[in-house]
Amino acid sequence: MFLLQVLYIFIPMLAAILVPFLYKSIKNIHTGWFVLAVPATLVIIYASYIAKVAKGEVFQAELPWIPSLDISVVSYLDGLSLLFSLLITGIGSLVVLYSIFYLDKHKEKLHNFYVYLLLFMSAMLGVVQSDHLITLYFFWELTSISSFLLIGYWYTRDASRFGALKSMMITVGGGLMMLGGFILLSIMGGTYSIRELIVIAPDLVGHPLFTWSLVLLLLGAFTKSAQFPFYIWLPDAMEAPTPVSAYLHSATMVKAGLYLVARFTPIFAVSELWVWLVTGVGLLTLFWGSFFALKQTDLKGILAFSTVSQLGLIMSLLGGGAVAFHVNGAADLVFKFAAFAAIFHLINHATFKGSLFMIAGIIDHETGTRDIRKLGGLMSIMPLSFTVAAIGSFSMAGLPPFNGFLSKEMFLSAMLALNEFELFGFDTWGALFPIVAWIASIFTFIYSFYFVFRTFAGQYKPEQFPRKPHEAPIGMLISPMILAAFVVIIFFIPNLIGDTFVKPAVQAIQPFLYDSPSAIDIHVSAWHGLQPELFMTIGIVIIGVLLFVALPKWQGLYNLFPRSLTFNNAYDKIMQGLDVGLYRISRLYMTGSMRHYLLYMFSGIVAIVLGTLFVKDAFSISFEGAAPIRSYQIILIIVLVIGTATTILAKSRLTAIIGLGSVGYTVALFFVIFNAPDLALTQLVIETISVALFLLAFYHLPKLGKREERMRFQLNRAIISIAVGVMVTLIALSAHSQKLIPSISKYYKETVYSLAGGGNIVNVILVDYRGFDTLFEITVLSIAGMAILAMIKLRMNRKEKAHENK
Amino acid sequence: MESLILVLVGVLVAVATYLILSKQLLRVILGTAVLSHAAHLLILTMGGLKRGDVPLLGESEGPYTDALPQALILTAIVISFAVTAFVLVLGYRAYKTNGSGNFDELRGTPDE
Repeated sequence: MFLLQVLYIFIPMLAAILVPFLYKSIKNIHTGWFVLAVPATLVIIYASYIAKVAKGEVFQAELPWIPSLDISVVSYLDGLSLLFSLLITGIGSLVVLYSIFYLDKHKEKLHNFYVYLLLFMSAMLGVVQSDHLITLYFFWELTSISSFLLIGYWYTRDASRFGALKSMMITVGGGLMMLGGFILLSIMGGTYSIRELIVIAPDLVGHPLFTWSLVLLLLGAFTKSAQFPFYIWLPDAMEAPTPVSAYLHSATMVKAGLYLVARFTPIFAVSELWVWLVTGVGLLTLFWGSFFALKQTDLKGILAFSTVSQLGLIMSLLGGGAVAFHVNGAADLVFKFAAFAAIFHLINHATFKGSLFMIAGIIDHETGTRDIRKLGGLMSIMPLSFTVAAIGSFSMAGLPPFNGFLSKEMFLSAMLALNEFELFGFDTWGALFPIVAWIASIFTFIYSFYFVFRTFAGQYKPEQFPRKPHEAPIGMLISPMILAAFVVIIFFIPNLIGDTFVKPAVQAIQPFLYDSPSAIDIHVSAWHGLQPELFMTIGIVIIGVLLFVALPKWQGLYNLFPRSLTFNNAYDKIMQGLDVGLYRISRLYMTGSMRHYLLYMFSGIVAIVLGTLFVKDAFSISFEGAAPIRSYQIILIIVLVIGTATTILAKSRLTAIIGLGSVGYTVALFFVIFNAPDLALTQLVIETISVALFLLAFYHLPKLGKREERMRFQLNRAIISIAVGVMVTLIALSAHSQKLIPSISKYYKETVYSLAGGGNIVNVILVDYRGFDTLFEITVLSIAGMAILAMIKLRMNRKEKAHENK
Repeated sequence: MESLILVLVGVLVAVATYLILSKQLLRVILGTAVLSHAAHLLILTMGGLKRGDVPLLGESEGPYTDALPQALILTAIVISFAVTAFVLVLGYRAYKTNGSGNFDELRGTPDE
């Protein structure tokens, strides 16, 4: 039973394996019908938890994954994760139903679509149910990847690929930051379990890593939930098929960041930075998104900016919920609304935004365009769509009798209440909160009207539509109508929703305030009274209507903003700059010339070795115990130097080769005077053969350069060569002067006859003590011989070469 | 004496490096040969150049010079000879195929 709870997460993923087979073998039935069974079943399963979770029970199940590293898939169902699970599976079912009518079964690659969608569903369920930090991250990235695949579903379009890549770069970048935050958290707390971290949260605050993990985690949440300034990927993700936009980019994935903030509030709410960042960024996003939504001409573009703005609203409320941690007796103050309003609006937003996206898809599907400048007068042609769109938009604008009104009232109450606290300098800046929120609400009102009335009211211009518009098939309308019905129903039974879903979730966010869901004494009926927020709403409506009527007069102002100052432009410039910059850097040092690479290597070696000698102060030159210098040695040394100088200075090949030979023979003489007869013999023979080889190949060998090389470069060479030589001498001298352990040669000397039965110590070492070296040295010689033979004999002529290339 | 030989080794290494950094194929091969001589002398010197007898039992009562570096150098000589021979033939083939022994002209094809 308990293990099953983990397996539920993976049901969509397992079902995804079957999808291609169903698609290929059953051609007559739209594959979506089979897929629909998956989220529908899951809704029923999760619905069975509702009653118990509403009472404050939690369910936990664990599936060990890598036990030795303490990594397991832990499914933890409390109010917050159950709410999200129901949203994911519930809206998932509606979206699949909608997609059956939206995507043509003959023209589209349905198997791809549903595999990606089911993968996403699993990932999302995993994100909201995971209690384990690492598996939470695993599912988090899986949502990024499946979202990438879904945005790029029509991969033949440039815009789709661009949007997919952009969302991938930003969300995966944020995801990696979040992973960093998670790792720091687990280092601080010594556990991967979020539940256990919440318990020990008070001990974490003073930890030096606390702020880092807070900021990194918030970066993950902000990028995923399209907060300022990371919202830029969301409008570009609108290139995805509309069911995807409705599902991922309004109801579920973009709320993963909100979920993260909500889930970690009990840990981080202690910090003022958290409160400031979450509230501040949320409000800024709210304002920014609502302001720029009016600039858009694409229906889905308006909805994308509206989503950004509403996510900001919820984010700011979650920040407000975190303030409650710092306030004594917050549960008795007006202020308690913040977290409740966040969750309540999260549900409401999922309902109305989902339906609005679906309507935008229907309009696109039935008229062939989403451009708001071409649309108009569809009210009488598509009455059902208009009704749904109107309900959704009015709810988004915050009008009664729709659920958006309730959450907006609570939002305004919470923002007004924030004003009253003298915390963290709220007394000076706090007044800005309700003002910004109020202005943003006015813009929200205007773009909601803009969306619905520009599309459905006004002049009907049939010649502008690529297709002849008509009402959508009823199957396509079912899902948005169900969602719209929720919009209205929730308005009339807010307390039922509040008690069943919102309060258990609030208790999960604010465990420091409430022991159980029933302890939350919020009753959503305050909309009766004559509160200041009601007057604010009346103000919003009046100013909103006035500004909407005058919209054509001032909408042109948006064009005054220079395009070069947008965040999109900044993103493009950064990506371009990285491309060009990295290309230039690699062109700079990867010249293709071997001499340059050798120069890098030699300078690197010199720098590292001499640097180490300096840092460790390891220079030491002592002449103690050195052998005496003899005059004939001096002569040999002079000969050797002259020989080597010849190889450099020689203008002809022959001189250089003979110079090299003289070096070899002098080295042999050194071996003689240093009592190494075997070496001397070998060296003499080998040098003779080498010189013979050089001379044999002499006529075929390339000539030495006749042209003078440039002086500057030769200086380079000379400097680095001298440096390498000096380095070798210095390190050899230092090493030689600091001998720590005596040689082991004494052992060889003592046992060479008694154990090995030989008198020539060198030869006995070669064939007896260390015979393996000799074996492989023989191998090296034979490989070289065979390779030389192969190089000379085997030749691909032109015909064979041409054949090979085919 | 050791210090003097070590300075000599440094000179040899410097010359070898200078040759290896050359544009000419043949000079690079000569450079590797010089470098291997330097390495052999270095091993021998680091083993100690103290006066001692040839490490042959029965020729004298000792003390002998250290036999281990000599064995190591013997192995190294043979291996470096094999490699030099190989590189020499490789250089010869490269010259025949490409018609040039100048590294500036041996840059591969641009699309690689």
